[in-house]
Amino acid sequence: MDFAVVVTVEILHSIAVLVLISSGLAVIFGMMRVINLAHGEFLTLGGYVAILGHRNGLNLYFCMLVLAPVVVGLWGLIVERLVVRWLYGRLINTMLATWGLSLAMTGAFSMIFGNTMTGIPNPLGGLTVGDYQISGYSLFLIAAAALVMAVITIVLKATRAGLIARGAMQRPDMAQAFGLNISHVYMTTFAAGAALSGLAGALLAPLVGLGPGSGANYIAKAFITVISGGASVVTGTIVSAGLFGSISQVFTLVTSSVGGEIALLVAAVVLLRLMPIGITGRFFKGWT
Amino acid sequence: MNSRVLVTEAGQVVAGTVACALVLPFIVDVHTATLLTVYAMLALSLGFIWGFGGILCFGQAAFYGLGAYTYALAAINFDGAWVAFGLAILVPAAFAGLLGALMFYGRLSDVYLAVVTLVVTLILFKFFNSTAGPSYRIGEARLGGFNGIPGFPTLTVPGSPDTYIYGAGLFYFAIALLALVYLGLRLTLLSPFGRIVVSLRENEERTELLGYDVRFYKSAAFAVSGGIAGLAGCLFANWAEIVTPGLFSLGQSAEIIIWVIVGGLGTLIGPMIGAALLGYLKFALGHQSVVDNSFIMGVLLIVVVLFLQEGLVPTVTRFAKAGLRRSSSKKSRRQSRRKRIVSDVR
Repeated sequence: MDFAVVVTVEILHSIAVLVLISSGLAVIFGMMRVINLAHGEFLTLGGYVAILGHRNGLNLYFCMLVLAPVVVGLWGLIVERLVVRWLYGRLINTMLATWGLSLAMTGAFSMIFGNTMTGIPNPLGGLTVGDYQISGYSLFLIAAAALVMAVITIVLKATRAGLIARGAMQRPDMAQAFGLNISHVYMTTFAAGAALSGLAGALLAPLVGLGPGSGANYIAKAFITVISGGASVVTGTIVSAGLFGSISQVFTLVTSSVGGEIALLVAAVVLLRLMPIGITGRFFKGWT
Repeated sequence: MNSRVLVTEAGQVVAGTVACALVLPFIVDVHTATLLTVYAMLALSLGFIWGFGGILCFGQAAFYGLGAYTYALAAINFDGAWVAFGLAILVPAAFAGLLGALMFYGRLSDVYLAVVTLVVTLILFKFFNSTAGPSYRIGEARLGGFNGIPGFPTLTVPGSPDTYIYGAGLFYFAIALLALVYLGLRLTLLSPFGRIVVSLRENEERTELLGYDVRFYKSAAFAVSGGIAGLAGCLFANWAEIVTPGLFSLGQSAEIIIWVIVGGLGTLIGPMIGAALLGYLKFALGHQSVVDNSFIMGVLLIVVVLFLQEGLVPTVTRFAKAGLRRSSSKKSRRQSRRKRIVSDVR
């Protein structure tokens, strides 16, 4: 029984991590059909902001939950205005430009922060379940992931901004004809996606050490989760993160952590072969 | 295609190759020149499938690494490095053909294709990275995990198994192979097969409605590209005398794409020039540490995507042609336009 609880928490934790690292990418892809390959570096930037803020005496939770999203959101705004907005509608070109951005940011990180790993200590202790220990931070992450998904759903479904965003994503020309400024909608969406990435990066910073090349560890998983999920932001992310998170965690328990990662990747290839436009392309059509 | 075109083509290629072979070792040393040739071969493989077939493969490094690993493993296990040489082309080609069939018969395209190729590269990277234990062996060869496989026999002169091909010899061998592959691709593009591949890029639906099985042609073109990348990997293995999982890394995949797009998409010469130039730039930047290497590469990629969408070679050619046209008479203008149409078709 205790073991079952621990395994459940582990699986939920692994799903939560996938949800967090892919939510920013999913918002940008789902709304704008833009793949931001610099996403991993946005996460890393969020982590660095949190660490630097914490080192300079600010409260850790303030750094993670407020400072990192704001800074990375602003950075996303700058990137959108300078690079991405010239490339809308040209999927491959956006991918290439953002890949360039990712390389440039990696290079910049190693020039600024040096080629060393930095980190912050895990702020929450462990919880005892029978004979086992679970990390309190795991539970915090699970809660955070659930909250992020809930907030995205509420914003999209229940606010005027969400209505505008959904309209602009379904029929940009029609939305423009109604007098909406599409350019501003896109700019805000990109900044929001970037802010989410910053939040996720900061939340994950206590778990893993942070180096200039850390983004590369995230990008593939985030990319796979979002593409396999399909066009619907919330449903797609949750379903595919749930699937891949469970598969990789089960295989990690049975074999090794490398076995888990390889199982995740193989599952993604098989899934895309069966559902060429992602899970929500096949099921849950029209969900948010 | 008539035989005169063919002879002129071949003449140009031979002249270009000889010029490169003579000049390059004076600009950089032979060792670096060989590596640049390998890069050019690798860029050529992606330049073909992406620039002519319209298929963007994000995991060209998979075939490159596979070629290198196949060579190393086969060279240890079999007598005679030339068997390994052949396998290093065939195995990646077969792998690419199978992977291509898996994707194209499943009607994957665009981003989805990019994801699958990227993921396959990652799987290979993770797998070879985790094979450190002594239980991971193929025949006599231990896979060696992140340390890679060192100390396999390199290519020898046929008929004299003790004379190794290295240094300048390897450079001339590599550049000759590059010229052969380039010429082979030019001829392929003139052939019915090549024309169908180009028509896939132009309009896949129409090609299919004309009665061609696009899935088959895409897979076949993918196999050709994979085989060339494998050859590049084999040459790399001979140059470095060690193969490591780094060959499969994301960074390696990224670099190939940058070479091709900077050099020029839709040409064969562009990717090679892009690879040589950027490879040299990387080499030159490697000697100082003020500015990070990947920073430069990243900024370069952004600038090219934003401002120089066609890449170096097509842009330069267009400006050169425009300059020529302006200075010539009306009659020759008409001629040059006709020539341009012909060259576009080619």
